[in-house]
Amino acid sequence: MALSTSSVITLKINGEKHTLPVDHRTTLLDALRERLDLTGTKKGCDQGQCGACTVLLDGRRAVACLQLAVAAEGREITTIEGVADGERLHPVQQAFLDLDGFQCGYCTPGQICSAIGMIQEHAAGWPSAVTEDVRPQAGPPPLTADEIRERMSGNLCRCGAYVAIVEAVARAAEAHTGEGHEDAATGGAKEAVI
Amino acid sequence: MREFGYQRAYDVAGAVALLDAAPDTRFLGGGTNLVDLMKTGVERPARLIDIRELPLDRIEVTAEGALRIGATVTNGDLAAHPEVRRRYPALAQAVLAGASGQLRNMATVGGNLLQRTRCGYFTEVSQPCNKRAPGSGCPAVAGEHRNHAILGASDHCVAVHASDMAVALTAFDAVVHYETADGPGELPLADFYLPVGDTPHRETALPAGALITGVTLPPAPVAAHSRYRKVRERASYAFAIGSLAAALDIRDGIVRDARLAFGAVASRPWRASAAERVLTGAPAVPETYAAAADAELAAARPLPRNGYKVDLIRNLTVTVLTELAEEAAR
Repeated sequence: MALSTSSVITLKINGEKHTLPVDHRTTLLDALRERLDLTGTKKGCDQGQCGACTVLLDGRRAVACLQLAVAAEGREITTIEGVADGERLHPVQQAFLDLDGFQCGYCTPGQICSAIGMIQEHAAGWPSAVTEDVRPQAGPPPLTADEIRERMSGNLCRCGAYVAIVEAVARAAEAHTGEGHEDAATGGAKEAVI
Repeated sequence: MREFGYQRAYDVAGAVALLDAAPDTRFLGGGTNLVDLMKTGVERPARLIDIRELPLDRIEVTAEGALRIGATVTNGDLAAHPEVRRRYPALAQAVLAGASGQLRNMATVGGNLLQRTRCGYFTEVSQPCNKRAPGSGCPAVAGEHRNHAILGASDHCVAVHASDMAVALTAFDAVVHYETADGPGELPLADFYLPVGDTPHRETALPAGALITGVTLPPAPVAAHSRYRKVRERASYAFAIGSLAAALDIRDGIVRDARLAFGAVASRPWRASAAERVLTGAPAVPETYAAAADAELAAARPLPRNGYKVDLIRNLTVTVLTELAEEAAR
């Protein structure tokens, strides 16, 4: 029996339901940009390597280019268009503006969605590849510049605005937890990781 | 991309029955490797069965003290889990060393085990490749093979397995559980990946129609003192050119128990059993660690442009085991 190669799906994006027919080959990225006019999410490499298409799926950061739209049905999708609270920017958006965390801006929506997810991961106590001791008894690692660079390494910036991106993420994280770490926000950067 | 049908499975028996019913069908987990390969035409399934909603997303400590990890647990959740970090820190480190935060939130444990090699000839459909198109040849043997295998390869294929997670699982004697239409089964990870031989397109010993349901890590007190170290060409978000999962139990200056596995050196995670035999019962000194590495690497058959990996793995072994011993002494 030949299975249909398309489906009518309902995607919940930024709290709003959208029903649309899709060819199963359609990625979430293409559904957002080409079908739903949500062009804030950017297409960079389309291979999961640059992070420009980062969105939040059920609150976790993910790349929309490797996510099939049909498989995203039933999940809470948050794009850059949905992170602000009405006219009030998300603290990560505000920090990127205040600290010039971009140049051309193309990677910025992905950077911001990724940072939002990353700050929540860190707040939940997740270690990273540069965390000295990953054992739970070691406690959560401070969000140093090294930690931020490692955790954000899935987001490339061809303009090389990394220095200000790290500062912006550090400031937003500080606002999130109420306690930040000096060396990240003041450029205690030791070396460029990304 | 080839057109394909899509179905969602909600229970394991249903997923297996769906797969059994149609040829050319693949399970879809996080899709971070499969969807990527479908875009380039390396994978051309006629149908996908989405298994993300199967009830296999738990990590549990069993009555015997083993850790049972469901197949659809994401890499992100695996590395964050307190019992993984407490009992098998090298496993958490290995997972964290792979991919990016976004990909780790999508990728699943089962999919990680079944991910395909990143050999450039395999991923480029215009090129011959015995793994992708059996009998078409292996251009890597005489071509670009800087990051290819030094152990266990053949003239038919010299590609390496790309997983970091599987290296740590191999060091800790993980067992893979699966389900088929005929019922459940299990395979030690040591027997999960097939030798390359002249059939590099046959990668695992999973029976046809099997769905990986989970992985069990047996209790291993030695693993609480373990480490994963990955060498790559940039500091983050790159595949290994060599890696190591290691655990040491030292008492009175003597190695009582050792676990060692190498990554990015073979078509599968490479358990360094010969090295472990040298280590066990020997004095915990750098000379022992070097002798252990040499015992394992005696079987290495590097290609003209990847001989550096032999030195890299030897140095990595000495460095990481020395660090573990120093930590234990503190």
